[in-house]
Amino acid sequence: MEEKTIRVLMAKIGLDGHDRGALIIVQALKEAGMEVIYTGLKNVPETVAEIALQEDVDVIGISILSGAHLVVVPILMDELKKSDAEDIPVVLGGVLHPDDIPKLKEMGIKEVFPAGSPVENAVECIKKLGMAGDKGMIK
Amino acid sequence: MDEIKKAQKDWEEKNKDSRERKERFTTLGGIDVERLYTPVDMEERGIDYLNDISFPGEYPYTRGIHPTMYRARTWTVRQFMGFGDPSKSNERLKYLMKSGAPGLNVAFDLPTINGVGSDHPLSRGEIGRDGVPVNSLQDMEALFDGIPLGEVSTSLVIAYPPIPCMYMAVAEQQGFKPAQLRGTYQNDSICRDVAANVRVVPRRAELKLTTDVVEYSTKHMPLWYPISIVGYQIREKGCTAAQEVGFTLADGVEFVNSFIKRGLDVDDFGPRLSFMWNAHNDFFEEIAKYRAARRIWARIMKERFGAKNPRSMQLRFHTQTSGVSLTAEQPVNNVARVAVQGLAAVLGGTQSLHTDSMDEAMALPTEESVRVAVRTQQILAEETGVANTVDPMAGSYYVESLTNDIEEEALAIIKKIDDIGGAVEAVETGYIQKKTAQAAYEYQLKVEKGEETIVGVNNYTEGNEDMNLDLLEIDEGFEKTMLEKIEDLKTKRDNSAVEKSLDMVREAAFKDENLMETTMEAVKSYATLREIWDVYKERYGSFDEKTHITGI
Repeated sequence: MEEKTIRVLMAKIGLDGHDRGALIIVQALKEAGMEVIYTGLKNVPETVAEIALQEDVDVIGISILSGAHLVVVPILMDELKKSDAEDIPVVLGGVLHPDDIPKLKEMGIKEVFPAGSPVENAVECIKKLGMAGDKGMIK
Repeated sequence: MDEIKKAQKDWEEKNKDSRERKERFTTLGGIDVERLYTPVDMEERGIDYLNDISFPGEYPYTRGIHPTMYRARTWTVRQFMGFGDPSKSNERLKYLMKSGAPGLNVAFDLPTINGVGSDHPLSRGEIGRDGVPVNSLQDMEALFDGIPLGEVSTSLVIAYPPIPCMYMAVAEQQGFKPAQLRGTYQNDSICRDVAANVRVVPRRAELKLTTDVVEYSTKHMPLWYPISIVGYQIREKGCTAAQEVGFTLADGVEFVNSFIKRGLDVDDFGPRLSFMWNAHNDFFEEIAKYRAARRIWARIMKERFGAKNPRSMQLRFHTQTSGVSLTAEQPVNNVARVAVQGLAAVLGGTQSLHTDSMDEAMALPTEESVRVAVRTQQILAEETGVANTVDPMAGSYYVESLTNDIEEEALAIIKKIDDIGGAVEAVETGYIQKKTAQAAYEYQLKVEKGEETIVGVNNYTEGNEDMNLDLLEIDEGFEKTMLEKIEDLKTKRDNSAVEKSLDMVREAAFKDENLMETTMEAVKSYATLREIWDVYKERYGSFDEKTHITGI
């Protein structure tokens, strides 16, 4: 099978302005041959879901360092569900309490990358999730 | 010198085949590090003791801004804090004061810093997460309840008029005048823009609002440091040590220009400027950084701005150890990192210090981990003997050479930013963001390739499974309480007085007046932070994030 180009939405939610991690991941994903749409800062989860649909992405990556993840993730998942888009896999990276990882997975997050995770792991995981989905274009 | 040069050559010849574990050694910031430094390196760089190093308390202050430094008084232990609701932060402030950290340093949460308040859709999940929420004077009253503001020194991590006005209003209730208050506004809008992406109104308007605060403080608060020019956050975002100096001092130049344009005399505000630096992992590079920054700033203030008062030329600074260098893996190791970083800041002559707590890669610190961080400083100050003499690193051939190397690189950056048209313009065009993102990316690559070791992350990972730290949990319920408090306030206060005071703010804003006095009236009428900001935004507009994605 020929490789398809994976489209990823990298999103910052809320007022959290720390985008060092998000920007590094954006660059790494691009270098790995993926198409990346970056939302920029200060988005409500409702907007992120909307962009994901409009852009027809294969994977959504959330970067969050403010500690708001347990509040905003359910809102995002809910929005995706409302639009019948809960099949878009969502991964999340940032500063978080280790106990939150199982909670996030229960909410439907496919993989969590706590601060300090190797960039490579995130890239590999997103690639795998993107390939597995039925979206994206076959080249 | 010729004799030394000859002997050095012989020594180099004799040892040229000696094995070294790497082909090239550099500082964390990429400056080449030689096998050995000698008087020859000092001569090659043209380092002149009296002109370039001189004595402590003497221009250009390379060795420190006070003649006796820590022999007179050791640095101030100033721990950054703020979380939960204001009364929770009040408890933590009192705890810190009791543990021997007399300098208060308050972080506000993102909704507060961004001027939107707890009741905005963007604030969901972020209320009290990484700072204390302050929606109105009522929250500021709770935050400082029982703490006599005329007797403490407080650093408030915020720019723009509303928060300073609320602080002064609480002080007034306690019977203190602005002139009696001691502290610092950590309100560098340019740094916060680049590093933390906090932007509320367009950049020129941010500079205007910051200048309002500084003008007011310069005239009414002689004991207050009205601006802290900050390199910390840009460094956290990934720039190098030399870039931290270059970007930050260029930023300082932009502010000084703005204050002079407002009609202030450089020697009126110069003595009340302060700086904040990072303390990162490369021990000697950090020490050299502080020394280089002091020397450059002294010369900028004297030669470029014509300052006459020596105090205007003295770069005084607060240091915080590097949060980004801490690891979630084997978190107790962070105590060692913080101790070494703190030592670098002390050997660099810091005036006050925040030492990070070991759990900060995962959460806000618990009381126990904050205590270890405070004790680390007390061990440095009182057990190690490093505070017994002034600037003990001076005269180290390596440190002096590195001080010069950093100075040279920083001066080139300042020149480049001057050519672009100043720091605000350099941010508008994305120059500073791009350089920072590039340095961050290059560093990350080195880590991934194993060229830079991070203990517990890409090496020595045995033991990573044991993660037995108890972390601070923030009570989820208080978000609702904060929202209810705002609603409650709006029914209890005199709303016509609020409207009237906001009209005054609006009028002053459209006349381009200094907004401190009218904002003070609005604050005292219990207008909310968001209501005041909404009026500012009528005049200046909001910063449009969507048109401004930089760093990619």
